[in-house]
Amino acid sequence: MEIDPFIFRLSIFILSIFIGYYVVWSVTPSLHTPLMSVTNAISSVIIVGAIIAALAGTPGDIFDVSSIFGYIAIILAAINIFGGFLVTQRMLQMYKKKKDKKK
Amino acid sequence: MISANFSAVFYLVSGILFILALRGLSSPDTSRQGNYFGIAGMIIAIIVTFLSIGNFSTSLSYVIIFLLIGGALGAFIAFKIPMTAMPELVAGFHSLVGLAAVFVAIAAFLNPEAFNLGFVGDIKLASLIEMSIGAAVGAITFSGSIIAFLKLRGIMSGSPITFSGQHFLNLLLGIGIFALIFYLCKTQSANIFWILVLISFLVGILLIIPIGGADMPVVISMLNSYSGWAAAGIGFTLENTALIITGALVGSSGAILSYIMCKAMNRSFVSVILGGFGADNSAESKKDKQDQKPVKSGNAEDAAFLMKNASSVIIVPGYGMAVAQAQHALREMVDKLKKNDIKVTYAIHPVAGRMPGHMNVLLAEANVPYDEVFELEDINNDFANSDVAFVIGANDVTNPVAKTDPKSPIFGMPVLDVEKCKSVLFVKRSLSPGYAGIDNELFYKDNTLMLFADAKKMTEDIVKNLD
Repeated sequence: MEIDPFIFRLSIFILSIFIGYYVVWSVTPSLHTPLMSVTNAISSVIIVGAIIAALAGTPGDIFDVSSIFGYIAIILAAINIFGGFLVTQRMLQMYKKKKDKKK
Repeated sequence: MISANFSAVFYLVSGILFILALRGLSSPDTSRQGNYFGIAGMIIAIIVTFLSIGNFSTSLSYVIIFLLIGGALGAFIAFKIPMTAMPELVAGFHSLVGLAAVFVAIAAFLNPEAFNLGFVGDIKLASLIEMSIGAAVGAITFSGSIIAFLKLRGIMSGSPITFSGQHFLNLLLGIGIFALIFYLCKTQSANIFWILVLISFLVGILLIIPIGGADMPVVISMLNSYSGWAAAGIGFTLENTALIITGALVGSSGAILSYIMCKAMNRSFVSVILGGFGADNSAESKKDKQDQKPVKSGNAEDAAFLMKNASSVIIVPGYGMAVAQAQHALREMVDKLKKNDIKVTYAIHPVAGRMPGHMNVLLAEANVPYDEVFELEDINNDFANSDVAFVIGANDVTNPVAKTDPKSPIFGMPVLDVEKCKSVLFVKRSLSPGYAGIDNELFYKDNTLMLFADAKKMTEDIVKNLD
């Protein structure tokens, strides 16, 4: 009997939870805010679903209902991707070490 | 058009890049590089998606246009937003992820052929379950984040909104969601799908309104986690590895942050979710204490004098500093102190502010080097050896009651041992209790000098007096 591909995806999912668990515990507490903004940005990879939905319209009707939902989802996810990564970058730029000029 | 196997490999690559992005955050030095990994992962995922569909008709140009519109909006927000508004920005972003998940699920439900999930009215059972979970969690994330956003922005009152039968209603709606998913699988009816989405929106609202302002660090982390699980649900539907990996990462990240925040407040996750904390504070005990106990209050001159004669000062910032935007004035003050060879460090409680790490970002913005900023465990022993603790905008996190009075609502919460300093300067607008609704014993200690003023104004005045 063959294994259902769902089981493989479930395995990936559960192993990723473990990876997430260990990786996030090693994040320094002072970077918890950038952590939230960057996780926010990467979870917007949901845009791949939005793109598939948007491109699924037939050539005669590129704006059928399901594509419209796709287009809106693209805008929402794109705000998050650009906004999330850029604001993270802006925050990380601010974290500086003590300058050596001190005696 | 590229093969499904080929694109699956690339989705895996982008998933790994996302893991590296989070890994980078283990230290500020590697964090910027980590962010680039994240961006690279995102670009790969998007390009592979375009290539795997291979549909370069007119709709593609619309996709690109909408992508750029959203991107421009996002970039604009990212550059304009003040750092003090970070909590509401993150809440707002979470709501967008949630809504995007709902819309993708709706699109997949209406046009399952495009996603290889079967046909309208005959969607594969597993896919149907996955997309309805994704839609439900996404909808809860969306409406919950909107409420959190409104509370953080001050548009909606931060005090908990409770009514009788609230928990029962939530329970009922929660069961309702599962029942609807069950019937949806049996009937494939579009109406049930819409009702499911609507009820989930409602649950999100009901879930967040009873939670008070200072529990927001937990709420934001929790919604962060939800947005991850929603993404993972959609990832299963689309059979997309990048989404599944990312969803799991984000979901566990948010869950860990919620756990850290709960622990820092010595509250159980369940009690935060049930909400209502700080709603009915014991007003009587507060009043008579305020009337009886003497308080020493001082002005900027006294504070400047005390600090000038100290050899070490620990700064304890809190949400009040963010509200008053006092971080830059504070930095100026610290610079002056350092010129007088006074050792200055910062002590940050995990729940200071309205989101995890909020204070660290504000101090970083004011050019405070991150190696002068310490977490609670690392600095708590230093208070006993320091001359002055300068508490600016923090309150409950310094209350010694948490260590002494088992009846106190915050008993057992880890607090900063500020009272062990030789003297304590406490900048605050009035004697009003903090969010927990309890009086801070620290106000009445002999070695405490209260500085009644707006945090920014007081700090600026101290700076003048330091010359």
